Amino acid sequence: MSAPAYNRMELMICLASRYLEDDRTAVVGTGAPCAAAMLAQKTAAPNLMVMFEAGGVGPILPTMPISVGDSRTFFRGLAASSMADIMSSCQRGMVDYTFLGGAQIDMYGNINSTMIGGDIQRPKVRLPGSGGAGDLASLCWRTMMITPQDRRRFVPRVDFITSPGYLDGAGAREAAGLPPGTGPYKVITDLCVIGFDEATKRMRVESAHPGVTREQVQENTGFELLWAPDVKESAPPTSEELRILRDEVDSLRYIIGRG
Amino acid sequence: MAEAVIERMAVRRVGRGRLFMDPNVDKAREYFRQRDRRLVPKVTTVPEAVARLVHDGDYVAVGGFGADRIPTAVLHEIVRQGRKDLGLSGHTATHDCQILIGAGCVNRCDVAYVIGLEARGLSRASRRQFESGKIAVAEWTNAALAWRYRAAAMGVPFLPMRSGLGTDTMKESAAVEITCPFTGIKLLAVPALFPDVAMIHVHRADVYGNCQIDGIMVADDDLARAAKRLIISTERLVPESAIRADPTRTAIPYFCVDAVVEVPYGSYPGNMPYEYFSDEDHLRQWLEVEEDAAAFEHFLDKYIRNTPDFAAYLELCGGIKRLQELRRTELMLHAAIGGGGAK
Repeated sequence: MSAPAYNRMELMICLASRYLEDDRTAVVGTGAPCAAAMLAQKTAAPNLMVMFEAGGVGPILPTMPISVGDSRTFFRGLAASSMADIMSSCQRGMVDYTFLGGAQIDMYGNINSTMIGGDIQRPKVRLPGSGGAGDLASLCWRTMMITPQDRRRFVPRVDFITSPGYLDGAGAREAAGLPPGTGPYKVITDLCVIGFDEATKRMRVESAHPGVTREQVQENTGFELLWAPDVKESAPPTSEELRILRDEVDSLRYIIGRG
Repeated sequence: MAEAVIERMAVRRVGRGRLFMDPNVDKAREYFRQRDRRLVPKVTTVPEAVARLVHDGDYVAVGGFGADRIPTAVLHEIVRQGRKDLGLSGHTATHDCQILIGAGCVNRCDVAYVIGLEARGLSRASRRQFESGKIAVAEWTNAALAWRYRAAAMGVPFLPMRSGLGTDTMKESAAVEITCPFTGIKLLAVPALFPDVAMIHVHRADVYGNCQIDGIMVADDDLARAAKRLIISTERLVPESAIRADPTRTAIPYFCVDAVVEVPYGSYPGNMPYEYFSDEDHLRQWLEVEEDAAAFEHFLDKYIRNTPDFAAYLELCGGIKRLQELRRTELMLHAAIGGGGAK
């Protein structure tokens, strides 16, 4: 049997979904993270509890939400609560996973979604700002990213730390006062899967996607990546994952159509 | 142990951002002491409410979540009456940001989330306002702003939080790092935020301003209590008996409210849970027209400034027929009825 064909977005969503364990909790946004959570629920993690920052808890998602506060985020939900309630659950230590995005990310997993430039009062490019991202990155146990990988995005130093990664290395989060044991977990790109080195808290490649070379990964990164001793090839989507993703999760191809 | 911790207590200013609103709770108490508590009818028109309660220079906060359960008619009226130099709480401000900042009504902003419309794209008009330096900003997070409302609602000058330590966001905020007097951990103190005026769209209200909200609260229970003045826009007015029949459901009590305006479809083009879905076509039209500054001004004239009221705006956008589609989309009836429905 020949391997099924898939696009980059489908690959990233499938890889991300496999990191979500059953009986855990996740605060997700719209788009690819929501698709990954829905796919996980329909495969290995049927009891993954999904929450949205504006207050939705445990919906039976009928379609992809457009906003993290729209009515789909609590459709047949277990609770329709509030921003303060969701953020308090994160702060109390009840939320295992979150997914974030941004314009820039550095080797410690710090994310910028606020501005390009040096002066916040007169930014070269104004971006939306933290929203809930800075809170989620501070308070959830494991922060994940799904993002295309290129030198413009993977930079040596982000212009602005909106969402804290490991700041400037091992021990820095704890020194700053962020809750111990939290931080970036995996970065899933269109080229590879990246984790974080235990000793230095720097990005470390764990697997490269089928057909992607080590050189290609490094060329698309603005800083030196570490490599796990046993870098594998990322396991491509199975036909079952693709069927569920295409037929049940994103049948209108809002997200996977961007691949 | 406790003594040792107290000796170690430190206070460190981490944020160089401006504090736009005074967190002085005793001043707030004096204000709330004078606040009208009478159980009297407050139903009025949108123009009257905005003329009386929203002034040039006021700091405003908008309920809902950007394009979900927002008081669009009130926001349009602020633009129509030409309010200027407003402060804005940017607690996920999306379509509300597009209207108020896009139309040039705002000169300062507590930013948690602005200019974006989440997955839909970015508002060029409001982005131009920020990039030109016309808007003074302080940076926060959504939780920080939600907890700042909560502190104000509680009548305390700040709340401590664990989020944001070590970030540039908090360096551009007015937060202060403190040490916990009980456990010695680092915390950020975020100051109470008492907006001059807030506007919140709800599902049901009686003439006195007792309100019910279906679905997520976002931060509106706290915002209603934190605001010095509050305009409620409601999908429908209901008799007082409907409130008294189920007091568990009262999200906002009348004594927080200054004006009640009945605006059916009042969250359009935003989503109103269980009522109608967002009009994604119209929101896309906004985003596209904003790419050209002159075209956007013309658009604002057509849809807001030269439109007499919100009912006329709804007509311009397709009227009852369009709203019926959005209602069916919200209730997901298209599969049962047939037809594609509103996208």
